Amino acid sequence: MASPLPDIKLVLLLPEIGLSLLAMTLLLMSAWLGKESRGRIATWAIAGIALVAFAMVSLSSGVPPSTTLGGHFIDDQLARFMKLLLLVATAFPLLMAGDFLRQHALESGEYFVLSLFSLLGAMTMVSAGSFLVLYLGLELMSLPIYVLAAYQRDQLRSSEAGLKYFVLGSLASGILLYGISLVYGATGTTVIHDVATILKAADHVSPVAVMGAAFVVIGISFKVAAAPFHMWAPDVYEGAPTPVTAFIAIMPKIAAFSAFFRVLFEGFATLQGHWGPMLQVMAVISLAVGSLGAIAQSNIKRLLAYSSIGHVGFLLIGLITDNALGRQGVLFYLAIYIFMSLGAFCLVLVLNKGGVGDEIQNYAGLAKERPLLAFLMAVFMFSMAGIPPLGGFIAKLYVLMAAVHAGMITLAVIAVLFSAIGAFYYLRIVKIIYFDPTCEPFAVKVGLSHQLVLLISALVVLGTGLFPGRLLAWTQATVQSFL
Amino acid sequence: MLSLVTFLPLIGALVLFFGIQGDRAARIWALGTTLVTFFLSLRLLSGFDPSSPAFQFLEEVAWLPAYGIAYRMGVDGISLPFVLLTAFLMPLCILASWESIQKQVKAYMVAFLALESFVIGVFCALDFILFYILWEAMLIPMFLLIGVWGGKNRVYAAFKFFLYTLTGSVLMLIAILVMGYKGNTFSIPALMALPFSFAMQVWLFLGLFSSFAVKVPMWPVHTWLPDAHVEAPTAGSVILAGVLLKMGAYGFLRFSLPILPDASRFFVPFIFALSLVAIVYTALVALMQKDLKKLIAYSSVSHMGFVTIGLFAYNQQGLEGGILQMVNHGITAAALFLLVGVIYDRMHTREIARFGGIAHRMPIYAVIFMVFTMSSVGLPGTNGFIGEFLILLGAYLANKGVAVVAATGLVLGAAYMLWMFKKVLFGVVANDEVAALRDVNSREIAIFIPLLILVFWIGFYPAPFLNMMHASVEQLLIQANTIKAGSAALALF
Repeated sequence: MASPLPDIKLVLLLPEIGLSLLAMTLLLMSAWLGKESRGRIATWAIAGIALVAFAMVSLSSGVPPSTTLGGHFIDDQLARFMKLLLLVATAFPLLMAGDFLRQHALESGEYFVLSLFSLLGAMTMVSAGSFLVLYLGLELMSLPIYVLAAYQRDQLRSSEAGLKYFVLGSLASGILLYGISLVYGATGTTVIHDVATILKAADHVSPVAVMGAAFVVIGISFKVAAAPFHMWAPDVYEGAPTPVTAFIAIMPKIAAFSAFFRVLFEGFATLQGHWGPMLQVMAVISLAVGSLGAIAQSNIKRLLAYSSIGHVGFLLIGLITDNALGRQGVLFYLAIYIFMSLGAFCLVLVLNKGGVGDEIQNYAGLAKERPLLAFLMAVFMFSMAGIPPLGGFIAKLYVLMAAVHAGMITLAVIAVLFSAIGAFYYLRIVKIIYFDPTCEPFAVKVGLSHQLVLLISALVVLGTGLFPGRLLAWTQATVQSFL
Repeated sequence: MLSLVTFLPLIGALVLFFGIQGDRAARIWALGTTLVTFFLSLRLLSGFDPSSPAFQFLEEVAWLPAYGIAYRMGVDGISLPFVLLTAFLMPLCILASWESIQKQVKAYMVAFLALESFVIGVFCALDFILFYILWEAMLIPMFLLIGVWGGKNRVYAAFKFFLYTLTGSVLMLIAILVMGYKGNTFSIPALMALPFSFAMQVWLFLGLFSSFAVKVPMWPVHTWLPDAHVEAPTAGSVILAGVLLKMGAYGFLRFSLPILPDASRFFVPFIFALSLVAIVYTALVALMQKDLKKLIAYSSVSHMGFVTIGLFAYNQQGLEGGILQMVNHGITAAALFLLVGVIYDRMHTREIARFGGIAHRMPIYAVIFMVFTMSSVGLPGTNGFIGEFLILLGAYLANKGVAVVAATGLVLGAAYMLWMFKKVLFGVVANDEVAALRDVNSREIAIFIPLLILVFWIGFYPAPFLNMMHASVEQLLIQANTIKAGSAALALF
């Protein structure tokens, strides 16, 4: 009866194992190495991530999707795609962080170790086949980020950001855990696949399961900062050091949206009638908060926080459509969103260095002083606003197309109207950069690593706008294998 | 070939942005690029077969094949005139900005070249998504042109322009997506053959209308235009009046009439009403203007009212007149804005009251100004007469009452144009500034000569221009008169 060998296929966990080994080695290194050689840890961390990414892609190509640990851990196309995004979303902020830490005398190995552990948690979350692993991954992802947000501990705002994020994040974790316990109570299992089977077999929907599903959705929504669970985002974005903000803005979103994929489309697929309207409301509120809230912001990081809430609104629409096109749209949107955000935050970081603050007004006249930086900022802003021919437009186009296919024309109209309102504040940044007279010279130097981040982000945003075919084919293949 | 004409300016812009230093080099490079583009577009004309209503110079490359989105390009007798007009006006715009633009010359030229690419692309696109991309992409350079090189109130005008257009356009995007979903393709020729139910057509028409009406601009969504015109630099106004306004009317021609014929017929009274209000009301507003550019801007709205009446008259005369009038307005309004630019460069004001007696100091300028004023008024022998005559003829055949009301617009048009002409050019020399004016120089004359030739050419012998579009317009009429919906509620007016 009992199987003689436990269901453990360690080879599927290789990326995670590699990462944890890397993180632990670096932790030891940072403890033992002298102060002067700490800069090397950054190189090691990034090289390690690149190695894991390379190994993952080359080892997993052609390997059929499978599960291990009794269905608790999934290795499929979706997980591989999302993990690749996660690796990118961690490596680039780390690239950005090097110079920043040196300048603020914060150089230490822990920064990189914490990022790596957080990445490990996110990757676990992406592969989660059960609610328990999902929760485990989410906590492992979140805890290091709380610390990172407060990394500039001598700065009031940074400490505040860390604390605020921690308190609200813990609340969200509690809600998620409560939801999981309700689902367990209703179905007697935590494995997502089994939950789906039991819910499908049941002749009536148990209200306990519905409550549980709602709490799970709310818990994850906290992580993506979907309105009305977005309250932490502007303050945390503003207070956290800029490389950390870039990290917070993209990494947890990827992980949380993979969790949405697993939970909504597999676990609670039969409850679509319940979570669909709930997400619709959240999407509309997110779009509204994102576009209206940003108008009054004068700090670029707060503005980008609101802008990310608006993007989440679009991503949620992609989920609600519940068709292949919508899922593909979500994946594509996430990939583009990563690079738009990375580019924008990297510019914020670069422009801050010369003593210029994060106020948008400080960018006045940038176009005259540094035309290329100004052009890049304009590209990222227009892309976020969804103006063609940039990547952001194609992403929005696919989500809207999916909404039209699903017959949700009203939702699509609401989305485009809010994006038209949203265009206003992106334009305001372009206006300040291009139209306003210079107030003080921009004594900024763009380091090599920042140049690299900006170059790659801009190429992706421009390239996917003109030739989105490959990325679209890839996301399509990922979605098809998931179905 | 078509792609070359479309994207040559963009390539030129990239080379300019990364490779060329110095203001003078930038000007020459931009002028050279636009001239080459113009000559290439003439090659298009010589290879074009006017007897065929089909799309020509077709190009199709798979782009996003999964959802029927492809890179499709082609021109027919309706779009070719606009491609030529754009390519023709661009070198003149560069010349007009030769001296008046002194700051950030290189960026200015880059924006202008990019704009040219996108605008030509809009007229050539045969894929709805491609069309939309180019339609929207055009906003970015225009926004920068108004906002960076514009007048005092430029930021407000740039925002108003961008947001008006964007809000209209995103609704069009939804309509496009619905059409693409129903037809499983975004190919424009394929969509023309696709049946839609009447209710669906009405919604789609409104979606497209929200974008095209803003662009035309039709009353009451025209208020962005006077602001944008007044604040834009001279060449920006020229392109705005000469080409961008035509994009909206082109949209009606290319999409609304053939793809949604039943809804288009249903909305004829609505379009007529809005157009008549535009003709009469904005003409009256133009009478009251103190600013020279604003006056011409309002006259543009009035003239575009004529165009929309012509397009929705549903007969050969009206349609051809409408298209010809668009070209005419592209020439005449462009020339008038250039003329205002000439005097603005010298006096740095556009206030009509500050002028007076300019004819004494600038006789050549006065003659040129007079020709274009007459063309704008529609004097026989100029291009304006042919277009307006055909439109009124078409309108009369369609509905006598509309023709009568529209004709009053001609009278009002003559009133404000002549009043303006008298105030600005005749009378005693108004002040010292006017007394110190120098007449137009050879560069400026070089700008106006091609425009003058076209005014009289179309005025005396419009046949080549009408022949170009004849076959396509006939086919469009057949498409527009088909009944796609099962039981169409036909418009009775």
